[in-house]
Order: sequence, then C-alpha cells, then structure tokens
Amino acid sequence: MNLTLKVWRQAHKNAKGKMETYQMKEVSPDMSFLEMMDVLNEQLMAEGIDPIAFDHDCREGICGMCSMFINGEAHGPDRLVTTCQLHMRKFKDGDTITIEPFRAKAFPVIKDLTVDRSAFDRVQQAGGFVSVNTSGNTQDANAIPIDKHDADKAFDAATCIGCGACVATCKNASAMLFVSAKVSQYALLPQGKVEATDRVLNMVKQMDEEGFGNCTNTGACEVECPKGISLENIARMNREYLSASLKG
Amino acid sequence: MAKLDSKTPKGPVAEKWTNHKGKINLVSPANKRLIDVIVVGTGLAGASASATLAELGYNVKTFCFQDSPRRAHSIAAQGGINAAKNYQGDGDSTYRLFYDTIKGGDYRSREANVHRLAEVSTNIIDQCVAQGVPFARDYGGLLDNRSFGGVLVSRTFYAKGQTGQQLLLGAYSAMNRQIGRGKIKMYNRHEMMDIVVVDGKARGIITRNLVDGKIERHSAHAVVIASGGYGNVFFLSTNAMGSNVSAAWKIHKKGAYFANPCFTQIHPTCIPVSGDHQSKLTLMSESLRNDGRIWVPKKLEDVKAIREGKLKPTEIAEENRDYYLERRYPAFGNLVPRDVASRAAKERCDAGYGVNKTGEAVYLDFASAIMRYGKEQAHVKGLDENNEALVKKLGQEIVKAKYGNLFQMYEKIVDQNPYETPMMIYPAVHYTMGGVWVDYNLMTTIPGCYAIGEANFSDHGANRLGASALMQGLADGYFVLPYTIGDYLADDIRTGPISTDLPEFEKAEAAVKAQIEGFISNKGSHSVDYYHRKLGKIMWNKCGMSRNEKGLKEAIKEIQELREDFYKNVNVPGNVNEFNEQLAKAGRVADFLELGELFAKDALERTESCGGHFREESQTPEGEALRDDENFTFVSAWEYKGAPSKAELHKEELKYEEIEVKTRSYK
Amino acid sequence: MLGLYTVILNHKLKLMTLTASSIGRKVAMALSGIFLVLFLTQHFSINLLSVFSESLFNEVSHFMGNNPLVQFVLQPVLIFGVLFHFIMGFILEFQNAKSRTVKYSNYKGSANASWMSRNMIYSGIVILSFLGLHFYDFWVPEMKYKYVEVLPLNPDRYFEELVHKFESPVRVGLYVLSFVFLSLHLLHGFSSSFQSVGVNNKYSKSIKTFTKAFSIIVPLGFVFIALFHHLNAF
Repeated sequence: MNLTLKVWRQAHKNAKGKMETYQMKEVSPDMSFLEMMDVLNEQLMAEGIDPIAFDHDCREGICGMCSMFINGEAHGPDRLVTTCQLHMRKFKDGDTITIEPFRAKAFPVIKDLTVDRSAFDRVQQAGGFVSVNTSGNTQDANAIPIDKHDADKAFDAATCIGCGACVATCKNASAMLFVSAKVSQYALLPQGKVEATDRVLNMVKQMDEEGFGNCTNTGACEVECPKGISLENIARMNREYLSASLKG
Repeated sequence: MAKLDSKTPKGPVAEKWTNHKGKINLVSPANKRLIDVIVVGTGLAGASASATLAELGYNVKTFCFQDSPRRAHSIAAQGGINAAKNYQGDGDSTYRLFYDTIKGGDYRSREANVHRLAEVSTNIIDQCVAQGVPFARDYGGLLDNRSFGGVLVSRTFYAKGQTGQQLLLGAYSAMNRQIGRGKIKMYNRHEMMDIVVVDGKARGIITRNLVDGKIERHSAHAVVIASGGYGNVFFLSTNAMGSNVSAAWKIHKKGAYFANPCFTQIHPTCIPVSGDHQSKLTLMSESLRNDGRIWVPKKLEDVKAIREGKLKPTEIAEENRDYYLERRYPAFGNLVPRDVASRAAKERCDAGYGVNKTGEAVYLDFASAIMRYGKEQAHVKGLDENNEALVKKLGQEIVKAKYGNLFQMYEKIVDQNPYETPMMIYPAVHYTMGGVWVDYNLMTTIPGCYAIGEANFSDHGANRLGASALMQGLADGYFVLPYTIGDYLADDIRTGPISTDLPEFEKAEAAVKAQIEGFISNKGSHSVDYYHRKLGKIMWNKCGMSRNEKGLKEAIKEIQELREDFYKNVNVPGNVNEFNEQLAKAGRVADFLELGELFAKDALERTESCGGHFREESQTPEGEALRDDENFTFVSAWEYKGAPSKAELHKEELKYEEIEVKTRSYK
Repeated sequence: MLGLYTVILNHKLKLMTLTASSIGRKVAMALSGIFLVLFLTQHFSINLLSVFSESLFNEVSHFMGNNPLVQFVLQPVLIFGVLFHFIMGFILEFQNAKSRTVKYSNYKGSANASWMSRNMIYSGIVILSFLGLHFYDFWVPEMKYKYVEVLPLNPDRYFEELVHKFESPVRVGLYVLSFVFLSLHLLHGFSSSFQSVGVNNKYSKSIKTFTKAFSIIVPLGFVFIALFHHLNAF
C-alpha cells in the first residue's frame, strides 16, 4: 500500500519543531509500524535526510520504550497494543498517518519522536518499592499465604510497562493511571502494606512536582493503555491517599 | 595457563559455597563508603547487583543505554524462574536442580558454579516475594509452579507470561530505593564505549551520553559488566533491538577472555519470519509446550495443500499428523530441552514438511489441551461433559488464564486466532550461553572487572534449560557478586578516589572519539543495517542450528570481507554531538562484525556436537548430537591478540566430581 | 484549651496539604459536586410541588425563605459550595492546560473518552451563566424584597412569581438549554465523583446506572416544570 506520513521533526530539546510530510510506497500490511518506520528511515538516509529518531527496543510490547502518538491516539488505533505491536494491516492504502511524540510538559522532547520519560523513574524512586534488604534472609516465600484474588489483582496492576500512553492520551496529561498501578500493586499485598501510608503520600507528591495534570476521570487512559490497566487502581489510590493524609 | 585459574574452592561440591563465603575477605561498612563500583547494564543481573552493592554501602554508578533501567531486555522473559523449593512435593532438591542443569548443558558447565546456583535458587524466590513480586498463586494462597523443558519436576515459578517483567520490576524497585537514598547514581541513555585499565586493574569506563553525544569518563575501584548476551549478531533474534555485545567485547579487547562464543541457544518456539522487512523475532514462551503439542502433517501432499491454502490444519485427521517430538522422545515428549526441540523442527522442515509459505514452520497445537481442561472444568462445575461447544469454551477460558498475553501477542502479529487454529512456530536465536570468561568469583581475566548474568559464560554449558536465565541473573546479582567482589575490594580500601585525569583515561577517550568521528566522516554508501543484515544472514546460514567445517571456514572469510567493506563504505548520517541512533548502532555493529568471526572460529575449533552446538560431522546414526568428551571436556577461552583471527585459545578443563558424565538422552 | 487548639490547627494543616495535592483537589471537587447534587435534588423536589399544589409550594417556599437555619446557615454553605466548585474547576482547568504546553496537531479525544468527560469546563460555564440568570431572576429580587426594601411577609407570593418568570419564551428556552448542559455535566460528574472519592467496586455498576438515570431525569424534570408553567400561562 501507499501512504502519506506526517511526522513531527524537532532537532533537539530546545529547537522549534514542525510536521514534515513524507510519501511511502509499497508498504506490506504484514509489517509492524516500527518496521515501516525502519523502511522510511532507510529511504530518508538514501535521500540524504536525517533519519527520524524514535524510541524502541524489545519490539514485542513489553519494554515500554516505544511511544508515538499515531493518528490522534497513543500507540495508534489498535487496542491493547504498543506501537511495536501495531501492524500496517490496520491502515488502508492511500491513508494519511500523522505521527507525533507523546506530549506532556513532564515528557520533554529529546529529538523528533523521542521523549524524556524519566519523570516516571523519579516517581518510582519516591516510594515505588518495598523497603526490604536484598540479603535473601527473608522468611520463606510460602510463609504468608495471599488470597489468589488479591494476588491476581496485584499482578494485573504490576503489568504496567511504564510507556506513558496514559499521560500522552489524557487531555490533562495526568499520570494517575501509572502511579496508581504501582501504589495498587503494593497496597494489595501484605508485603507492601507496612509502608503504604508513606508510599502513597510520597509518590503523589513527586507526581505533582513533575508537572503532570490532574485526573478528571475521563477514562481515556484505561482505553489506550496497552496493558489494560484498570481505572479501579486510580480509585484505590484515591482511597489510599485519603486515608493516608488523614492519618498521617 | 596460570591465568586461567577458576579459583574453585576445595572440598565437596555441596559445601564449597558456604565454606568460600565464610572465608573470603570482607570490606568493613566504614570502608565500603570509600569504594566506588560501576555497573553496566540494568537487566536482572545488573539491577540486582546495583541494588545489593548499594545496600551493602558501596557507592554505585549504574549505566544503561535505554531511557530507563526498567527497559532492559530481561523484561521480555516470559515463562518463569526455576528454584529447588520442592513446594509441589515431587521430589525436587538442590541436587536435582544442579544435576538437571549440568545434564541440560550437555556437560560443558563448571560444576561448582552450577551447584552454587542451585543452592541460592530458593533464596531468590523468598527475596522476590518479600519485594512484592506477584507470582502466580493457587486458591490456597500459596505459590504455584509449572514445568519446563528437560526436567521431570515442576519447579518453575511464574507470573503469567510476564515473569521476567515482574522480576525485573522487583529488582528495579530495589534499585529505585537505593537511587532515592543517593547510594546509586543512575545514568540513563549512556552507552559504555570502553573500559579503562590502570596498572592492570579495571579502574573505570568511557561512556557516551546518547542524548547529547558527550564523551564522559567515570572511575571506580571495580567494574561490573552486566550487559547481556550477543544474540543480535544474527540480526534476527528474540533479543531487543538495542541488545549488543559491545560492553563485553570492549573488555575482551582489553584483556578479558571470551568463552565458548559458539554456544548459542536457538529457541524452538518463535513466530516464523514473515518477510524481508522483518526487524526482530518474537518468542512464544516455552511454557506453551506444557499444553501445546508440536506436529507437522505426515503426508507431503497435505503439506502442499496447506501451503497453497487449500487445506486447514484443523482438517487434518489425527492419524495423518506426525507429533514428531512425542514419537522420537517418548519420555520427555514435547518438553525435551530447547536444542533438541529446535533441531527436530529443522529436521522436519528440511525434509519438506514445513507448513507455511517459506517452509519454515511447524504447528503448536492447543486443541487437545483445551478439550482436556474444558472437560475438567465441566466436571468441577457439574455441567455436561459431552457438550463439545461448552467444553471448548470452558477449556479456552483456562488456556486464556494461563497464556492469555502470549495468545494475544501471537494474534496481533500473525493475524490468526490461536484458540481456533494451531500456532505456527519456528526456532530462532534466543540466548547465548557463551560470554566473558569468569572465575568462581565471577571476575574476568582483568582484575577488578566482573561479568554477571548472560554476559558471562559460567552456568549453562552448551545449552540452557528453560527458566534458568532469570535464576542465574538474579543469583549472580543478589547473592553471589556482592560477596565475592569484597574479596577483591578488600585490598582497595586505601586506594582513595581514582582520578579520571590519568593518562589511561585520556588515551581511552581519544580512541573512542577517533572511532565515532571516523564513522561520521566516512560518508559511505550503505546504512548500518545493511551490514547488520548481511552479517546476520552469514551467521544464520553457516553458524546457525547446524554447522560444518566448510560453512564455518566460508563464514570466517565472508565476515572478514564484510567487516572490511563496512569500514570503507558505511554511511552514518548526522553529527557526533547529538542524539544519533545510527551512530550508536554503528559502534555496536562494528563489534558484532568482530565477534561473529570469533564465534565461527570457536565453532570450527570444536569439532564435537554438544548442546546447542551441532557439528554435522559429529552425530549418531539417528541424527542426535554426539559429544567427544575425551577431546572437548573444556571451556574454550579466547584471548584477544589484535584481531579475531589471531585470538589465542586457552582451555579450562572441566572436572566432574559429583556427576557422572553420560550421554544425554531424553528418549 | 491550647491542646485543643493545636489539634484543630494540626488538622487544618493536614486538610490544607490534602487540598494542595492533585488528589486532594479532585476529592474536594467530588465532594462539593455531590453536595450540589444533593441541593439540586432538594430544589427539584420543591419545584415539583408547584406542578401539583400551589398552596403546598407556597408553604414550603415560605419556610425555606424565612427559616433562620436555612437562611443563615444552609444558604451561605450553599453559596460557598457553588463558588468553591467553580473556582476550583477553573483552577484545575488552568493547571491541566499548562501540563501540555505543545498541543497535538491531531488529537482524537472521541476515540477513548466521552464528550461529556472532555468538556466539563464548557458545560460548567453554561451552567454558571445560567446560575447568573437564575440569581438575577429569583435570588436578587428575593434578597431585595426581604432585606433591602424589607417588605411585609407574604407567604402566598412565591407561586405567582414563579409562574410570572416562565412567561417569556426566550427565558424558557434558555432554561431548557441550560438544563441540557446540566444533564451533560452530571452525566460525567455525578458518577465520576464516586471514582474520585475511591469508590470503584462491585457496586459501581449500579451506581453508574443510578447516576445516569438521575442525570437525565432531574434536568428533564426541571425542563418539564418550566414548560408546564409556560404553557399553562396562556
């Protein structure tokens, strides 16, 4: 198929960017979106144009590195996938596809479609852990039985890949889904309950300081999340935060 | 040969680690504060080592080329992690895990290391649970297990098909805790360009900041390489796009021996190649072989009809299917080790039974598991066990709960529904057992330079068992290296901070700058990927699932020519001082082009077949791998002498005191 | 005494840090919203009386208009609630706009969120303008009557005043339009407030059904009352 691509080009963090238009011919529908980008880059290099910078690594939907806002949606039109799992068969011959970076004040552009998501790391560093030494001298793994339902819910929250689609897609650029997934994972497990109060207060404080917007419950994050992280987690974090602030 | 001392402690194998830990030198807490350690890589090994070293009190500087430590490719490990917990009461023990790993590795790994791995495996599970890693549990609230290839017990702990993700996020969280405390300084988007050796000791690294291209010097009292494997030398592999050999290769060129480079694992269950545009291959977890049955049609005319789209696999009658693994290996069936399963698939496809257009695919079929689970569920729920549609639906729900994310992944890529029609799979490069040679303390032949996780060679011999990579990464990082490194650092407490103004740093930095500027000013005609793809093709065709003398010799020559052409004609656009992915890739491919040659040379040297290394010249009449224990019970450790072709072979003899060396049989 | 004071101060500080955080503000929005929904229910029930019985409506209105508890405690609380809800709404909107400095050139909001949820600020502004009209129509004359001109109590005037206001078709049109927007605002806001205060469990489905029904029925009811009096006036 033949495609018209409108791609955000920005030389570096402080440069002024703009959309550029490129034509592509004979794109195979079996290609993944990033493979299509590879081909485009080869084409650009052959024409002496700087290739488009974009983040990607595992190309199997788990590392969370690929981003891209495709045709107005984070990770493109398909559901429950990252950009690397999006295939060209989701598009039609003759389509125009706009490709922009994930946009948020907290995710500054590094180059073209590459953004800096280290704000997520800093939120995790503020409390996204259980304070247990890595000595291995803990109690036996089966010493505390955990309700399977809780364990499963904790797992579902823990499957977040930290890609930032929730922020990118939220009209307020809120990071609530990401932060709540981590808070929930630990809040649901006995190991995490011990420091639940400090964790939620510190992580939310850091989240606010990073410049993410406020949650207005539009639910867009849940729809666009490649891992289907549930809004239930945000409600749980709200609960945790309320009780923590009143307690502590 | 004095240099190749494995430093394995004396005494019975079961007591070596305990005795060794009890006797090695320690650094006092007050002195740890004066010592810096660099860790390169943030996968399971690097992240867990960084966290533990920081917790012990060392000043840790950790580097990763990705935008966050959480992206390291350990995250993509699917199936599980082994531990000799014996929670299932099926006769598992430390000894059995030790034995299985040695046997699975086709008797080419170091006994003492493997035993230590089996010993600490149980601590890993305890540790991870304490960190809040949400492993799968049963309804009683206890941890669940499943079974993996090459073993007869269920010792694999898992978190759906995302075990690697959960374990890595656990280690990442432990790291975050230390970053928050200021004990780890994290450098994201930094690539290690070279190691700096001062007076024969590893004293720092040169890095490139991938965001602005700045070349930086970092000093430390010890350097830990945890940069993973080199499967991407094949271009197409299940590794991440950025996975590379550069850190390991750079230390090799500065004195670290490279061991068994030809030991590569070809994983039997990956999604087949779909076209020339393919950039990587996707693994379908080995755990699928618990419930999936592998087959090809018995009749060639059925194969033909399938390729032409005239016949669907579901229409082939049971008696016309060849469940070749169950036929050839009745004891282990579909759960034979990876090397065996991969070769068996290749054998069928080479004989013309491949079921997709390219003739390189076999079926992995869940129909009978779906019906079996469905019947079970119908029985439990008191429903009609003979209602086929109902049973199928119930069964699909169970399969979905077990492997949902894998099935979804398959459907997205192939555009076929694996609940209704069998998956198509084919072997692909997945893991490298070979790597930097290390002694029992995980130190390389450069004093003060360590290698852990997939980057080293130590524990898996010639073939790795499923769910053991995660185990080894975390064992090295959490429980082995942080203690053994103290033995070396105990002599460094009076050294004080190491200056980055030393001439060795200057020299290393100048060399790095010269290389990258060379790439930019080259202005050739071919892209970096052009060379990488070509290299991959040579490797896959001549150093892949089966190897022979002629092919290997050709490969060496072709790689040499390709490398020469690369330096002459490669085109790297852009500038040095900017975010430049092509430039980063050029450096990595340059190293692959050297490693590839050593790989082929090693494969040529080892004329026996063992584990993942199959030399056509050395096989039994039934086509099974034939080891040559008399001549090859050793580790090949290569010393760099200016070029891969000049590399000098050192042999570490492998002695088996606990385990009797036998012919591996899964029949 | 001092102890009590520190306890109060301490608590106040905690509440302040609470409202200084994004989640705290969101909860405050939800709680003030729920409070306004309660008020709306009350207002609706009284207005509905006007359809059935002129005397009963007058009686209740007179009570509400002259009971000191309602006038001097509930009324200020209500005004505070309204002010708080819309000021906080504007503050949040302003902050949210700042959190994405460079906008997307192609943003497909409809793909993943309802129109209502994405346009609360606009439905809110319409409702706010309506409140202005409403104050001008009822509250200002009422205050003037009672506290400025201090006219004698007349327990029977309310119904007539109400009917009189609904004579103008333009005003009724504005009313109807405003209630459509109120419905849209409630359709997202009411159920969303439960999520904000942390309620998302097995009852959520029923809560959603209830809030949806409420968000349609109550504004529709107001529209009905307005039209009823408008049509009956001729």
